[in-house]
Amino acid sequence: MSGFASSSIARKVVMALSGLFLVLFLLLHVTINFTSVVSPDTFNTMSHFMGYNGIVQFIMQPILIAGVIVHFVMGFVLEVRNSKARAVKYVQYKGSANAPWVSRNMIISGLVILAFLGLHFYDFWVHEIAYKYVEANPQDPTRYYAETVEKFEPFWRTAIYVVSFVLLALHLWHGFASSFQSMGLNNKYSPGIRNFTRLYAIVVPLLFIFIALYHHFNPITH
Amino acid sequence: MGILDSKVPSGPLAEKWTKHKNDINLVSPANKRNIDIIVVGTGLAGGSAAATLAELGYNVKTFCYQDSPRRAHSIAAQGGINAAKNYQGDGDSPYRLFYDTVKGGDYRSREANVYRLAEESVNIIDQCVAQGVPFAREYGGLLDNRSFGGVLVSRTFYAKGQTGQQLLLGAYAAMNRQINRGKIKAYNRHEMLDLVLVDGKARGIIARDLVTGEIERHSAHAVILATGGYGNVFFLSTNAMGSNVTAAWRAHRRGAFFANPCFTQIHPTCIPVSGEHQSKLTLMSESLRNDGRIWVPKKLEDAKAIREGKLKPTQLAEEDRDYYLERRYPAFGNLVPRDVASRAAKERCDAGFGVNKTGEAVYLDFAAAIQRYGKEKALTSGMKDADAETITRLGEEVVAAKYGNLFQMYEKIVDENPYKTPMMIYPAVHYTMGGLWVDYNLQTTIPGCYCAGEANFSDHGANRLGASALMQGLADGYFVLPYTIGDYLADDIRTGPIPTDSEAFDKAEAEVRERMEKLVNNKGSKPVDYFHKKLGKIMWNKCGMSRNEKELKEAIEEIAQLREEFYREVSIPGGMDEMNPELEKAGRVADFLELGELFAKDALHRNESCGGHFREEYQTPEGEALRDDENFTYVAAWEYKGEPKDAVLHKEDLKFENIELKTRSYK
Amino acid sequence: MKLLLKIWRQKDAKSPGKMVEYPIDGVEGDMSFLEMLDVLNMQLVEKGEDPVVFDHDCREGICGSCSLMINGEPHGPDRLITTCQLHMRKFSDGDTIVIEPFRATAFPVIKDLMVDRSSFDRIQQAGGYISVNTSGNTVDANAIPIEKEAADDAFNAAACIGCGACVAACKNASAMLFTSAKVSQFALLPQGRVEATERVLNMVRQMDLEGFGNCTNTGACEIECPKGISLENIARMNREYLMAATKG
Repeated sequence: MSGFASSSIARKVVMALSGLFLVLFLLLHVTINFTSVVSPDTFNTMSHFMGYNGIVQFIMQPILIAGVIVHFVMGFVLEVRNSKARAVKYVQYKGSANAPWVSRNMIISGLVILAFLGLHFYDFWVHEIAYKYVEANPQDPTRYYAETVEKFEPFWRTAIYVVSFVLLALHLWHGFASSFQSMGLNNKYSPGIRNFTRLYAIVVPLLFIFIALYHHFNPITH
Repeated sequence: MGILDSKVPSGPLAEKWTKHKNDINLVSPANKRNIDIIVVGTGLAGGSAAATLAELGYNVKTFCYQDSPRRAHSIAAQGGINAAKNYQGDGDSPYRLFYDTVKGGDYRSREANVYRLAEESVNIIDQCVAQGVPFAREYGGLLDNRSFGGVLVSRTFYAKGQTGQQLLLGAYAAMNRQINRGKIKAYNRHEMLDLVLVDGKARGIIARDLVTGEIERHSAHAVILATGGYGNVFFLSTNAMGSNVTAAWRAHRRGAFFANPCFTQIHPTCIPVSGEHQSKLTLMSESLRNDGRIWVPKKLEDAKAIREGKLKPTQLAEEDRDYYLERRYPAFGNLVPRDVASRAAKERCDAGFGVNKTGEAVYLDFAAAIQRYGKEKALTSGMKDADAETITRLGEEVVAAKYGNLFQMYEKIVDENPYKTPMMIYPAVHYTMGGLWVDYNLQTTIPGCYCAGEANFSDHGANRLGASALMQGLADGYFVLPYTIGDYLADDIRTGPIPTDSEAFDKAEAEVRERMEKLVNNKGSKPVDYFHKKLGKIMWNKCGMSRNEKELKEAIEEIAQLREEFYREVSIPGGMDEMNPELEKAGRVADFLELGELFAKDALHRNESCGGHFREEYQTPEGEALRDDENFTYVAAWEYKGEPKDAVLHKEDLKFENIELKTRSYK
Repeated sequence: MKLLLKIWRQKDAKSPGKMVEYPIDGVEGDMSFLEMLDVLNMQLVEKGEDPVVFDHDCREGICGSCSLMINGEPHGPDRLITTCQLHMRKFSDGDTIVIEPFRATAFPVIKDLMVDRSSFDRIQQAGGYISVNTSGNTVDANAIPIEKEAADDAFNAAACIGCGACVAACKNASAMLFTSAKVSQFALLPQGRVEATERVLNMVRQMDLEGFGNCTNTGACEIECPKGISLENIARMNREYLMAATKG
């Protein structure tokens, strides 16, 4: 087993599993976010639950953070190793002849998403930690909707948000289907799985974008 | 008998091999560890021999000029491998395979060797399946067979059109297992440049590392040459670009007799030459003759119009076509042996019926097969009255399933769609039945120097049947040599390692260096290929599909002159101590220039027509080959005496105790 | 036709290389790509210059010797063929053709366009075989019927010619397609199952040791493979590897 963990295939599988985990998380995330469009109260209730439930906060949240870190760190490790596997580069390399742009540029879409996550963490997570633990404010189960909508007021943030989710769509377009291949699944069901993953890759980011735009164009009037 | 002792064991034909195996000396497992064997060439014969010898416990060193043993030219064999398994229940048996092979070889092969080959053929299939070679199978899960030229049973096992590849990868895998165990040390990108004899025995080789240019000495208790055929003496052939005669020729110069050099197989179905720049010819598998019909126009004016591009073959009416093989050989039709089919094509083209620009091509037409398969497929698919278009489409699908990869290859090379317009084919040099003379044990006339596969002369007489080369290579390597070499090596168990600092090695290395230096320092002006192409033209025109005394004599003169010009005029850039492909080619062409002359000399002396050797002076009124069994039922083994023209002939008389010599007829 | 060739020239493994331009005239459509290079080399030799070194042997698309990155694609723009079968009719008069060696750290350049692919041999040596001795008395070949579909799939995987186009095409220089083809051939056959666990572990370990990159499922290898080896083989190898690893 010792060789296993450091093998190229194990690395692929780690990428695939952490990626799939993040895909699942996205579904949860988009579902909760979407309630903000439909029902601010539900959104508040769910957000409050997520913010104060012990299991979510102290077990699921660290797992999620770990998943994100593993996915990114492994992604970088692979990128560096893959770059070393061709130390002398081609003078002319026509990648577009045999593979789509998205599959060849996961590192670019990934980096944009990472940068966005930085902003996202600063906006929400850092804010939450400060609110709850640094400033030690009392619980307020109704604050989330307003805080969220307010974030989408500035045009620049909404724009970054939209661009990032377009990149997320590209990342998912290749990554989601690819994770099945990495785990050894390629059979007669694969075309169906691929169609589903591509649908997911478009619908979920589109929903995020829709929510952002919705709040941007429907600010809370004070 | 002279000095050639074939060492064929006594006793009835069918028992010779078993008896021989029981009689010969063995080397104990403990002693095998102290014995080194060099195997030069890693194709089917060399690769399988190396793997098996290493399994037995010998220390094996393999040499190949390619970057990996897997690239040896055995890989290009398409059609299949024969074995007398009788899985089809069509009455096949080792005897029948033996009989077909001897007859196909026009009664110029050694009975005992051929019988052994037929006997071992069944083991080859078992062995290869055990190794994981993915032969074609039927829906029932059992192995499938197809037919090849010159026989009336289905005994050819195949893996699509890539049988040679799959068998070679099997042998390569067996080698890899031994390399992994440390029992084989593989020297790839190495070329053998001389054989080293110590006290009259083969004890090593001089090789050149083709990457660094370094000249190396390697010693062993025995040397096996499995270096393939010499078809590239014709420059254009279906051989790989690197295929060469050097290893065999160097052994010949050291004392190994060269047998029947003029027995060369011209394969009937190759893609015709397209121009002066052509570097090699591409074979289209003989299996195509199962379904393709060969024809030329009946009228000279039609042929002329086709050559000039004024007429398309598909426009020619059925009655204006001459299916000359079906006309001349009704019993075997398009599936006559290769030599017969090739000669018939040449005869038609020489008479002016050729169909490409140069007039050197005939048609191989699948239209009839497409219609036949299409109708059958329509019926089995429940279409009672399918229209012509549907039948053609279905027929093309069936043909594609059988020969798709070959059709695709043809289209890529020729840029014509063979489903719609007949293929053009012409004979090309493909295989050499001649080679180093070996006895029943596959030992050459140099003690300790063995020769296997196409490089030896042993099994195919004057013409090889389709799907028999793979069989011979693997039989030699897997099942013959590993036993027979033990008989010789049993005397070497106390010899100990062979030192490479002996006088014999010094001398051999010095000679190799001198030869290389002479080439590399030559201040000529012409590239090596210039000479190779010129040699090829002489060979093809005067020692090709048909030969006559006058032209053979001219060829001998011209080749000698060309050799002289070569050493005066050849220009090789770069040095010896580096990678230098031009130098590699020069060494090979230098040896071809000697072999070519011996080839012509052999063809000139053999005053008969047999198999691939057709002498215009010796033919029946119908133009069929006329053998002379009274005077030429022997193997011509040539001893080197300084110049090819001085070579001395030794005869091994061929005795046929089990087969009656008959005129070969495929009518 | 008239062409401008831009060819990578490198004296040996240690020297740095560079692109050199060679104009060439009189190229005919019926020439194969390598015959076009033969013409160039004849001209270079006549001028006393070093000819361009490249690997080639059978020139009928099966030995796997020939390579070449042609205008950024292994074996050039045509599909399902090797460089030796690529014909000049695929190019037009006045074209510039960029010719480079297959590049990967595990395929070091030997000279000019010739690379060292012995890493492939070592992967095969690590386990690409069935451990059966030559005995002459193995079971009869028809004793084990094999489902036609499995036999055909095994053949399709075994059709790999080991040219390295998969590595050359892959943006990560990964050798997964090559390795998986051999693993698959044996994994699909009952004879090969016996050693399946050891085989996949050893071959993957060797593949990693050679310094090939990781597969990121771009699929470039499958598109560029002259023998059309399928990506399904990679999935199969991943599966085999995971099963083998959990077996310990």
